[in-house]
Amino acid sequence: MVRLYTENLKIGYGERLIVKNLNAEIPDKKITTIIGPNGCGKSTLLKAMTRIISQQAGTVVLDGRDISKEHTKLLAKKMAILPQSPESASGLTVAELVSYGRFPHQQGFGRLSKKDMDVIDWALDVTGTFDYKFLPVDSLSGGQRQRVWIAMALAQETEIIFLDEPTTYLDMAHQLEVLELLQKLNLEQGRTIIMVLHDLNQAARFADYIIAMKDGQVIKAGDCEAVMTHDVLKKVFHIDAQIGRDPRTNKPMCITYNLLRGDKRNEKAATPIYPAVSVNY
Amino acid sequence: MKEKMRLMTTEKRRTIPFTVKLIAGILVLLGMFVIAMVFGAAHITVHDVWLALTSSSKSEEISIIRDIRLPREMAAIFVGAALAVSGAIMQGLTKNPLADPGLLGLTAGAYAALAVTKAFFPSVGYFGITIACFIGASAGTLMVFGIGAMKRGGFSPLRIVLAGSAVSTFLYAAADGLGLFYKVSKNISMWTAGGMVGTTWGQLKLIVPFIVIGIVIAILFARQLTILSLNEEVAVGLGQKTAQIKTILFIANILLAGAAVALVGNMVFIGLMIPHIVRAFVGTDYRFILPMAAISGASFMLLADTLGRTIHAPYETPVAAIVAIMGLPFFLLIVRKGGKAFS
Repeated sequence: MVRLYTENLKIGYGERLIVKNLNAEIPDKKITTIIGPNGCGKSTLLKAMTRIISQQAGTVVLDGRDISKEHTKLLAKKMAILPQSPESASGLTVAELVSYGRFPHQQGFGRLSKKDMDVIDWALDVTGTFDYKFLPVDSLSGGQRQRVWIAMALAQETEIIFLDEPTTYLDMAHQLEVLELLQKLNLEQGRTIIMVLHDLNQAARFADYIIAMKDGQVIKAGDCEAVMTHDVLKKVFHIDAQIGRDPRTNKPMCITYNLLRGDKRNEKAATPIYPAVSVNY
Repeated sequence: MKEKMRLMTTEKRRTIPFTVKLIAGILVLLGMFVIAMVFGAAHITVHDVWLALTSSSKSEEISIIRDIRLPREMAAIFVGAALAVSGAIMQGLTKNPLADPGLLGLTAGAYAALAVTKAFFPSVGYFGITIACFIGASAGTLMVFGIGAMKRGGFSPLRIVLAGSAVSTFLYAAADGLGLFYKVSKNISMWTAGGMVGTTWGQLKLIVPFIVIGIVIAILFARQLTILSLNEEVAVGLGQKTAQIKTILFIANILLAGAAVALVGNMVFIGLMIPHIVRAFVGTDYRFILPMAAISGASFMLLADTLGRTIHAPYETPVAAIVAIMGLPFFLLIVRKGGKAFS
């Protein structure tokens, strides 16, 4: 059963459409990643699905209801969002920051109940940030900080978690750490995870379902076997990729690639989407 | 191992609880109040102050206290609190450490309205001026947002700040121009330079409710402000109606800044400084910052006014000048620390 899907979604600023007539389904209790070149509208799609920005037309449906008509606090109990590289937590301690994840569950002035405390401790525990509980968030390393923000999203106790490029600015080990944490949350607790990733091989390795986007449209959606193909990558990234197998996970992976030269880079198709915007300062 | 860690969490962090800090702040305010009442051109003792506040006995000293000094210091308390809270709100909303109540054209708008009123409706009373200041503060803010919204692509914080400074400069220039042209600039600058001089109980009765309402609204929404100050997308994700919360906080801000200008004119630096000082003591949660800023702003204004009355007694030194002189080194300190005092 699909709880979350988009219907003819159109998002843009004025004349300029970033996402056009997009239909996508997010499989329940799976890890979905959205991939695509810079500016293809993947972050925009994520923001529309989480009501951070509003669409021009179409709907995002969760549990049979249009989310733009849902009460925002009710939605906050169903879906959590980790924005792309959130700025500094301006002096808050880890525990304080994570405690804000309880906001949708609280009333009034926001005194933490016993249950809130337990959930916060659990979120810290599962993300391995318990030891930093009373340290200022700003004093942590990038990887630790990212896990703290994930802990905050977890403290929200939602079945669906959205993450916009959760591995940006992290080194290889920390990237893997974050992705493995998300995988664990998915496998052990059945959380639905939707994230934007830049690394195709990571997407193939961790995602059950991949949505490949270009120019605001879905080019191909499916499991890694269906998406990680020479043809799809050619269409989406305009690259000539050689696909092999990861010797450890046996998932498809892009071993090497070249830019496709010579043939036109779809300039014609791109023109109506990005009309030359007159620069007027 | 796990058990041991669990135990740690039930332990409270060993820091001074906020209540203690709040009580300390209130004691400082009370102390400052007594000092402000006692020191000044006229010779007054603590005993006189006590009598004036608690008994109905009469003497020259007591009537000086009741009719001149008490309303004046009350004005200092409320204006200081209003400006400090207003500055804290602005810093939280814009995530800009240099934000103050004047950032989005609020004080400039109120000041321009003051000039317009003095120039065209010189007979208007105190009530009219107050209302004019609120309208001016709102109009100034609307102008800033209007300009910010003119270009497609929505409000970027930078564009709003730039629009704010442009609109403020324009409104100040317009106010000064009006003042010169209609020969009322002396009236206007006296309004500001005079500070709390000559505040009456009648004026207080009119303006204090606005300030109280503004501060109460701000404190009620302090938690929302903290979440908003973290990151707007996070705030939406946590189920906050960000547009609604921002509007409410702006209204509180208009009430506070408008009331402050109506009472003492254009007073800079307090709204910028006090929230920073307060953050050093209570951290970054606006549930703590706002009440503490109100108390500290009030104490600071009492101090500034007392200095203004005593440095050069029996002559008055303008409070605005004292505040600016104390504020400048502080401003440089923030710049030097690169806004680190903000975190």
